[in-house]
Amino acid sequence: MSNSQRDAMVAHVIRALPHEGCGLLLGSLDGRVSEVVLSSNVAASARVYEIDPKVLLKSYRTAESRGEEVVGCFHSHTHTDAFPSPTDIAQAPDPTWHYVLISLRAVPPTVRSYRIVDGEVSEETVDITEN
Amino acid sequence: MAITVRIPTVLRPATGGQAVIEGEGTTIGAVLGRIATDHPGVKPQLFHDDGALHKFLNVYINDDDVRYLGGLEAPVADGDEITLLPAVAGGAV
Repeated sequence: MSNSQRDAMVAHVIRALPHEGCGLLLGSLDGRVSEVVLSSNVAASARVYEIDPKVLLKSYRTAESRGEEVVGCFHSHTHTDAFPSPTDIAQAPDPTWHYVLISLRAVPPTVRSYRIVDGEVSEETVDITEN
Repeated sequence: MAITVRIPTVLRPATGGQAVIEGEGTTIGAVLGRIATDHPGVKPQLFHDDGALHKFLNVYINDDDVRYLGGLEAPVADGDEITLLPAVAGGAV
C-alpha cells in the first residue's frame, strides 16, 4: 500500500467521526493494493460499520473488469485499539481478505492489518511504499 | 435468455465450486429457495431459520439491492443477473 493510499484511508475515517468509517481495498490477493475505495458507513454508528451495498457491488465489478479482486476492507475503531473485535471476527466473510483496522484512540492514528481465518486472527505487516 | 446467479467465492464450497448458477423462479425468494434446495449446504448462508433473507447477505438484481425492490418478493425476469455478496460489516463492540 502506498503512502497516499494510507493517508486517504486515515483522512476518510477521521471525516466519518463520530461514526466508524470504512471502505474497501482492490488489488491482488498477495496483498498489493491498487485502489482504496471509500464508502459511507450505512450502519451510521460509532460502534458498528457496514460498507454501502452499492459501493460493494460497484467495487466487485470494477475489480473484475481490471482482472483484480476485492482483497479486503478497512474500518476505524474510534475509541478502541486497532485489533479485530468479537463482532469483526464473527462477521469476517472471507479468509483470503486483508482486514485493516485504524484506531483513532490516540494521535497519530494506528493502522494495522489482519487475516481472519475460521475465527483465528493473525496480524500481518503493512508495507507502506512511496507513492 | 435465462436468469444468472453469481455466487461469491465464500459460498462456492457449498455450490460444488460453481461461480454462476442458472436461476429458476419469478421472485428472488423462489430463485434463492431453489438454489437452497439444490445445494443444501448454502441454505444457512442465504436464509435465517425463520425463512427471512440472511441479514449479512447482499442480494442484487442487476444493479439494485433487493431490500429496495420488495425483498424476497422482488420480481425476477428472464435475462436478469442476480449477484450475491456477503455484507462487509463489523464494529468495535
